[in-house]
Amino acid sequence: MKKQVLSCTVNDEAVEVLVRPYTTLLDALREDLGLTGPKEGCGTGDCGACTVHLDGKPVASCLMLAMQARGRSVRTIEGLAKTGQLHPLQDAFVRHGVPQCGFCIPGVLMAAAAVLAENPKATEQEIRYGIAGNLCRCTGYTKMLTAITEVAGASARGEG
Amino acid sequence: MRRFDLALPESLEDCLKTLAGKPAGAKLLAGGTDLLPQMKNGLLKPAWVVDLSRVAELHKLAVEGDELHIGAAVTARALELDPRVAGRHASIAESGALVGSVQVRNLASVGGNLCNAAPSADMAPPLIALDALAVIAGPNGRRRVLLAEFFTGVRRTVLGADELLVELVVPDPGARSGGNYLRHTPRRELDIAVVGVASQLTLGADGRCAKARIALAAVAPTPVRATAAEQALQGQTVTPELIERAAGLAVEAAKPIADQRGSVEFRRHLTRVLTRRTLTTALARAGALARASA
Repeated sequence: MKKQVLSCTVNDEAVEVLVRPYTTLLDALREDLGLTGPKEGCGTGDCGACTVHLDGKPVASCLMLAMQARGRSVRTIEGLAKTGQLHPLQDAFVRHGVPQCGFCIPGVLMAAAAVLAENPKATEQEIRYGIAGNLCRCTGYTKMLTAITEVAGASARGEG
Repeated sequence: MRRFDLALPESLEDCLKTLAGKPAGAKLLAGGTDLLPQMKNGLLKPAWVVDLSRVAELHKLAVEGDELHIGAAVTARALELDPRVAGRHASIAESGALVGSVQVRNLASVGGNLCNAAPSADMAPPLIALDALAVIAGPNGRRRVLLAEFFTGVRRTVLGADELLVELVVPDPGARSGGNYLRHTPRRELDIAVVGVASQLTLGADGRCAKARIALAAVAPTPVRATAAEQALQGQTVTPELIERAAGLAVEAAKPIADQRGSVEFRRHLTRVLTRRTLTTALARAGALARASA
């Protein structure tokens, strides 16, 4: 079970880290790189708390081996805000007081950011579909939808 | 997860060499959305895992001549969104869109869904209804198997321990062909099919049904074709009455078990209802595509 060298880009920085063959991407991010934003809820791809972007697409990092990310670009919630400014979604989540316990929020934000990256003017229906893979045990879905649709609506009106 | 060693082949040749050199018990890893949960809960304890993420040929999605080639590692999300998987191939996109969440679909592969060989696998029925061929590579070269004959039992396929699924080849069903896949789940999202049905109808120049294919999921140990229903449709003008009769005949091909998802009676009922609905949609789509190409 020799360790292997994982070379990839994480939040726009080139990283090189030794991982065990059976380490998941989520564990490598949390344990080896200190990025504890992505969470392990279920560990089986059902809850979405571990959502990160792989080459821009949302994936369940608990279902990937770390080595599968070699040569690829990973973005976690820690890399969502750029140049010290909150991402518009983060800003809207703060203003609307979306987080309750907060455990699901990094995953929800990454899923929502992926929806809006693909379609900045996504409709509420498209947003619901895009975050269907994220469970919130506090059941804070209504405020999430309010915040995400507000950002999408601002884009639709040309304010984004 | 039980510890294992991880092979990282960069080509199909590498991959076959790796498989040939390992004692039985190596597992192929594509999307991991079926494999990792089974390894985490101890159902599978492979000594070796072979990662396919860098084997380029397995990621190919292309139209070549009259055939649609879908690499085994192509994701459910790609099938859902790719413009080449539309029109007469719409049922494949529909099945891709039903698997798990977006986060899962960006990982889950068509090959993994088929090789995991769950009776409820959503991607099997549309491909079977389109007469897809499974291209299998092994130490002695390649062979092609009709996907309908790929499954041998619950979680069992014709694949040998030293073989791997390379791609699915979907022959062009022709311009006047339409298909549809529907499944029933208690929840709308993130669930497993209680019954799934794919129908593909190809019309002749005279408007009659030239070819009919109906494939059922989750009603037998493997996906099955409803051949009696197909035969009732072929050569005929497809009317609502004939569709109703075919739906009744499709139930004969269903040999479901009762489990927590549904009773035998419920699954037989669903087979009839979903066959009727998919045939109705397939007919409408075939008609629309025929008019568009005329």
